Amino acid sequence: MTAEAADLEVAKINKFRDPRIRAIFYQIVVIVLFIAFVWYVGHNTAINLEKRGIASGFNFLSQPAGFGIGIVLLMDYSSQTSTHLDVLLIGIINTLAVSISGILLATIIGFIVGVLRLSKNWVVNKIAAVYIEVIRNIPLLVQLMFWYFAVLSVLPLVGDSMSIGNNFFVNNRGVNFPAMIPSTGFWVLPVALLVAIVASLFIRNWAHKRQDLTGQIFPVFWVSLALIILLPVIASLAMGNPFTMSYPEFGRFSIKGGWSMEPEFLALLLGLSIYTGAFIAEIVRSGINAVSHGQTEAAHSLGLRPSMTTRLVILPQALRVIVPPLTSQYLNLTKNSSLATAIGYADITALFAGTSLNQTGQAIECILITMLFYLSISLLISMFMNWYNKRIALVER
Amino acid sequence: MAIVKTERHEDLPPPVSQTGVIGWMRENLFSSPLNALLTVVSIYVVWWALSGIISYAFINANFVGETREDCTGTGACWVFIKARFGQNMYGFYPVEERWRVDVGYVLAAIGLFLVLTDYVKNKKWPAIYMFVFVPIVCYFLFYGGSFGLPVVETSQWGGLFLTLVLASVSIFVSLPLGIVLALGRRSSMPIVRMLCVGFIEFVRGVPLITVLFMASVMLPLFLPEGVNFDKLIRALVGMSLFSAAYMAEVVRGGLQAIPKGQMEAAKSLGLGYWQAMGLIILPQALKISIPSIVNTFIGLFKDTTLVLIIGLLDLLSIVKAGTTDKEWVGMATEGYVFVAAVFWVFCFGMSRYSIWLENKLHTGHKR
Repeated sequence: MTAEAADLEVAKINKFRDPRIRAIFYQIVVIVLFIAFVWYVGHNTAINLEKRGIASGFNFLSQPAGFGIGIVLLMDYSSQTSTHLDVLLIGIINTLAVSISGILLATIIGFIVGVLRLSKNWVVNKIAAVYIEVIRNIPLLVQLMFWYFAVLSVLPLVGDSMSIGNNFFVNNRGVNFPAMIPSTGFWVLPVALLVAIVASLFIRNWAHKRQDLTGQIFPVFWVSLALIILLPVIASLAMGNPFTMSYPEFGRFSIKGGWSMEPEFLALLLGLSIYTGAFIAEIVRSGINAVSHGQTEAAHSLGLRPSMTTRLVILPQALRVIVPPLTSQYLNLTKNSSLATAIGYADITALFAGTSLNQTGQAIECILITMLFYLSISLLISMFMNWYNKRIALVER
Repeated sequence: MAIVKTERHEDLPPPVSQTGVIGWMRENLFSSPLNALLTVVSIYVVWWALSGIISYAFINANFVGETREDCTGTGACWVFIKARFGQNMYGFYPVEERWRVDVGYVLAAIGLFLVLTDYVKNKKWPAIYMFVFVPIVCYFLFYGGSFGLPVVETSQWGGLFLTLVLASVSIFVSLPLGIVLALGRRSSMPIVRMLCVGFIEFVRGVPLITVLFMASVMLPLFLPEGVNFDKLIRALVGMSLFSAAYMAEVVRGGLQAIPKGQMEAAKSLGLGYWQAMGLIILPQALKISIPSIVNTFIGLFKDTTLVLIIGLLDLLSIVKAGTTDKEWVGMATEGYVFVAAVFWVFCFGMSRYSIWLENKLHTGHKR
């Protein structure tokens, strides 16, 4: 009797009370809503595109672009023959150029300021603190505009450029500096540099092994430095200096020769690296603070010199804390480089999602390609950083 | 016998070189030759920078006048800021209607004071006032169209007013949306989780500009014929969705910090999912993530400047437009310094508040 009653009770319970069944039901509802939403949007888009006479597709990539681009690196570009695909490539190259140089500069600024922020010297410490607090709390776009419109635009005209040693000019069209123009046989130099780097890696390994076996320390840093500097110099001398120097000189209207850096690039580089540097400084400070003072004391009591303590004990532990947030700062810098649009630097957003979009009207394609580019950069950087993070992570038993 | 002292000698004061100003300076400024050099060099740098800034911004600056011709000094021309102050604050909002914006500010300020400070302990009514009453009243005040107030189109909104509208609406929308996304990301239902992860990671992987471009160029394509949002709403949609993804990650961090036992205990008491979340988990998770939420707000506030690129007249872009005015050539420095100062005050205030809150909420759970 009781067993039957229990069975009846079970049978009476609504199937919907079972969390598993409920979960399946909810998910079906979500999928249906999602598909309906996607279909609705797609349907509207198709109608709208038809109304406006825009053919979707990627054919526009092979059409000639027909507009000029201010900054072209590593590629040939002519406004008549080059296509929108070339525009896309130039945009990608320009974005990468400013991001990579920005990341390098921001890391240098960030580490220096972060260490200064920890200095026992009160004045230095406060200067670093003021830098961090001022820069972090002002929007990046305002800083970029400040650099571009308020600092770089009021520099002297080309005619009265500020010059340093007659080879280095600063004016409102940017910075000009001497360039090295390779001639035949130049390939020896990069090869020599590569050989030097590989050799120093080998020396490092060998020195580590020798130290493990015998305890003798080998001055790896100085030997590597000497190799990396001397080997290319010797190679260059042996080949009879296979390059010519090109110095900037005053032409009639502009400065000719040498290399130049456009004010757009400079403003973006300065803005991005000073802004991101402030965030990196805070990350570095908290990373170093996270290593307990006992570690320093223990290292000192083992007889390690302060420099070795920093290099062998503090930094490896601090890096573990620093690397993950540092990654996201690098990603932020890359994404923030899209603010180039506001000051006219020809990055992918300004060129492809800006000018190309306006010329062809292919809004969806242009924006999707731009977004895909940034997504893949994000993915690449985070993959690299995850790999690096795993390499330096704490190995426990 | 008399050689031995019987009473205790009074403590000598510590040596002068170890205490007081001199001791402090010896320890903090001149502890080694290198440090002393660093101190001297940095004091020189500070003096050089400060004297430059002060003479530019105050001593040689021009404060009185109406036009560019009144700027005769070598320093900053603050007349430029003064002459365009109304426009920088309200955009093209009609002068005789600007009191409406001010009333809105006062209402919001009262609400912020009640909600954010410690003077009122029971936050129920302040919260209802701030998050229900103020938004509704502000909508009718700012846009108008009823209660005898003439309509002010959003295209006339601008300046700091527009910046604040953008920031507060995005904050207001993105927090609940972010909480929902965070819950979805931690859900046990694979499809819900996948959709949330996909959205969050996609949005976090692209720059805000592309999201804003998408909102301003692609949104009109997505909607049926005849439905047309104005520019401000489109920017708001983009900004809110963007910051919701960041908010979701912050809230997820808070959720992850709550031990599993809390959910299990709640369930064993017979609470359902939403009851457990609303009464047990979220109050704890949100509390520990408040500092990061405020930091996200700061980021969002700074990011509102990006609407310049899609052509809205926020504080930055209205000042930029002012610097290109023919009658005020060469005022770029003054303009951008002014914008930077305004943003700095807001952001620095928020970050100080977040630090204060962190200390207040530090109830001893942290190791």
